[in-house]
Amino acid sequence: MNPFRRSPWIVTATLLVYFFLYAPIVVLILFSFNASRISPLFTGLITRFGPYQLVGGNVIQSPCGPFHWFCDLSKSTEVLNAARNTLIVAFTSTLVSTVIGTMAALALQRYRFRFRTFSQISLYIPIVIPEVVMGITILVMFSQLFSYLNTALNLPADSQLSLGLWTVILAHISFMIPFVTLVVQARLQGLDKSYEEAAMDLGANEWITFRRVTFPMILPGVLAGALLAFTLSIDDFIITFFTNGPGSATLPIYVFGLLRRVITPQLNALSTVWILIVFIAVFATQRLESRRR
Amino acid sequence: MLKRLRENKSAQGTLLIIPTLVFMVGMLIIPLLLTFVISFGHPNANGGVNYTFSLDNYIRLLGYSTDCPNGASSCFDPLYLLIFWRSLLLGLYTTILDILLAFPLAYFIARAHPRWRDTLMFLVLVPMWTNFVIRVYSWMMILRQQGVINSLLGWFAGLLHVPFSPLTMLYTPGAVLVGMVYEFLPFMILPIYTSLEKIDNSLYEAAADLGASPIRTFLRVTLPLAMPGMVAGTILVFVPVMGTFIVSDLLGGSQVILVGNLIENQFLAARDPTFGSAASLVLMALTIIVTYFYTRKFGFGEELVA
Repeated sequence: MNPFRRSPWIVTATLLVYFFLYAPIVVLILFSFNASRISPLFTGLITRFGPYQLVGGNVIQSPCGPFHWFCDLSKSTEVLNAARNTLIVAFTSTLVSTVIGTMAALALQRYRFRFRTFSQISLYIPIVIPEVVMGITILVMFSQLFSYLNTALNLPADSQLSLGLWTVILAHISFMIPFVTLVVQARLQGLDKSYEEAAMDLGANEWITFRRVTFPMILPGVLAGALLAFTLSIDDFIITFFTNGPGSATLPIYVFGLLRRVITPQLNALSTVWILIVFIAVFATQRLESRRR
Repeated sequence: MLKRLRENKSAQGTLLIIPTLVFMVGMLIIPLLLTFVISFGHPNANGGVNYTFSLDNYIRLLGYSTDCPNGASSCFDPLYLLIFWRSLLLGLYTTILDILLAFPLAYFIARAHPRWRDTLMFLVLVPMWTNFVIRVYSWMMILRQQGVINSLLGWFAGLLHVPFSPLTMLYTPGAVLVGMVYEFLPFMILPIYTSLEKIDNSLYEAAADLGASPIRTFLRVTLPLAMPGMVAGTILVFVPVMGTFIVSDLLGGSQVILVGNLIENQFLAARDPTFGSAASLVLMALTIIVTYFYTRKFGFGEELVA
C-alpha cells in the first residue's frame, strides 16, 4: 500500500491548488452576469427580461435578461471581426502545417537524405527559443523585406506591402510545423515497419503503401498533431502580436488592446464564451482518446 | 523523370522535407541571421536601419551609458543588466513555486483511482487551454483596488466593525509573480504527472516492506523517478517566463520591466530595432545556455517529447 495515498496533507494541498486554478475562472464567469456597467463589485444579476432599463449605473432589465453582456458582445463588429480573423488564421495554418509537418515526419523517420541532421536540428529551434525572440526575428525580416521591395519595385502608396493576415498565417505555420512533426514522428516511431515492407513486397509502390498502409496507421497521430496546432494557433498571442497589421487583429490581440485602455463586462462575456468552448473541446478530445484506448 | 524518382529513396526524402526546410530557413534561420546583422547597426530617423558594424548596442546593454548626470560624457548605468537579472530571478521563483504547487496535485492524480484520473486531468487542462490574455485579465479583476479580494476583505471588516483601507496589490512585483505562477502552473503539472504515473505501485510496496519511512520513500523513490518530469516542466516554465511581456505589462504596470517588455518597447515605442535585436539575441543566448547546463546536469527532459 502506498504510504502517501491517503495522506491528509496531499489531499489538502491538492484541493488548494485546484482552488487556485479555478478561483480566477469562477470570478470571470460570475462577473459576466453582473448588473453593474462600471463597478468592479458584484452588484447582482440582471434578472428581468424586457426593454433596456438602467438605474443608478446598474442594468436592471434587458431584452436578453441575465445574458445582457453576451447580446452586447454579439453586436460588436470589432469582436466579430477579430473572431473571424482568429478562425481564418487557425484553419489555414493548421491545414498547411499538418500536411507539411506530416511530410517532414515521414522523411525524417523513413528516409535517408542529405540535410537530415540539419532539418532535425532546425525543427527544435522554435521549441527551445523564447517566443518573443521568434516573433521579433520574423518582424525584423518582414519589415526589412517590405521596405526593400517597396522602394525597389517603386510600389504606389495604396499597394505597398505591409503586415496583415497573411503574415500572421505564415508565422503561425512556421511555429506549428515542429509541433506537428514531433507528434507524428512519435507515432511513426512506434509503428512496426514490417507492415509497410509487406505491402512493398506484395508489389505496392511508395504512394499506394503510404495511402493504404502507413497513413491509416498514423492517422491518430496526424489528427493529434493538427489538434495541437489548432489550439496553439487560437491561443497564440506573442507571435501574432508582432506579425499582425491594421485590421488583422485576432481575439487575443483585441482583448489585450482593450485591457490596456478599459475594462468592461463585455470582456467577461467574451471570456465566458471562450472558457465554454475550451471546456467542450477538451471534453471531446478526452472522450475520443479514451475510446481509442 | 518520375521513374527515376520512384527508385531513388534519397530524392523522395528530400522532396518530402523541402517544404519544411523552406519554412524553417525562410521564417527562422534567415530572420535570425538578419536580426544578428541588424544588432550591429544603428537606427535611422524614420525607424529604419543603417547597416554598420558597431558593438554599440551590446556595450549599451552591458551598462555603458552616454546619457549621464552632471554632464559627464559616459558613465556606468546597470539599468539593462538589472532588467536581465530581474527576469532571471522571476523565472527562478516562478519555476520553484510551480514545482511546489504542481507536485502534490500531480502526485494525487497519478495515485488516484484510474476511473477518476481522466476527470482530474480534465480539470487541469481547462485552465491550461483557456486563453493566456484572458487568464491575466481575471487576475486584474481579483487584485485591483476595488477588486474581488479587497471587496471580500472590506466586507469582513464591515462585519467586524474594523476600519479597512483597500490593499494595493495590482501593479506590484508580487502581482506579476502570482500571474506568472498561475499562467504556467499547468505546464509543470502535466510533465510531472506523466513521470509519476509511470511509477509502479510495487515500488512503493517494496519500499514499505523494507521498512522505509514515508519521507524516506519520497526522497529515495518518488523524487528521483519524478526528475525527468520536473526537468521538462522547468524548461516549459522557465523559457517562456523569461520572454513574456503581457503579464508584467498588465499586472505590473510600469513598475516591473522585464526583458520581454524591454524588447517590445524597443520595437514599438522607442523605434530602435537595432537595440531590440541585440536584446533579443542576448535573451536567446541566455535561455539556451541555462537550458543547456540545466539539462546536462539533470538529464534531458524526455517527458518534453512525450
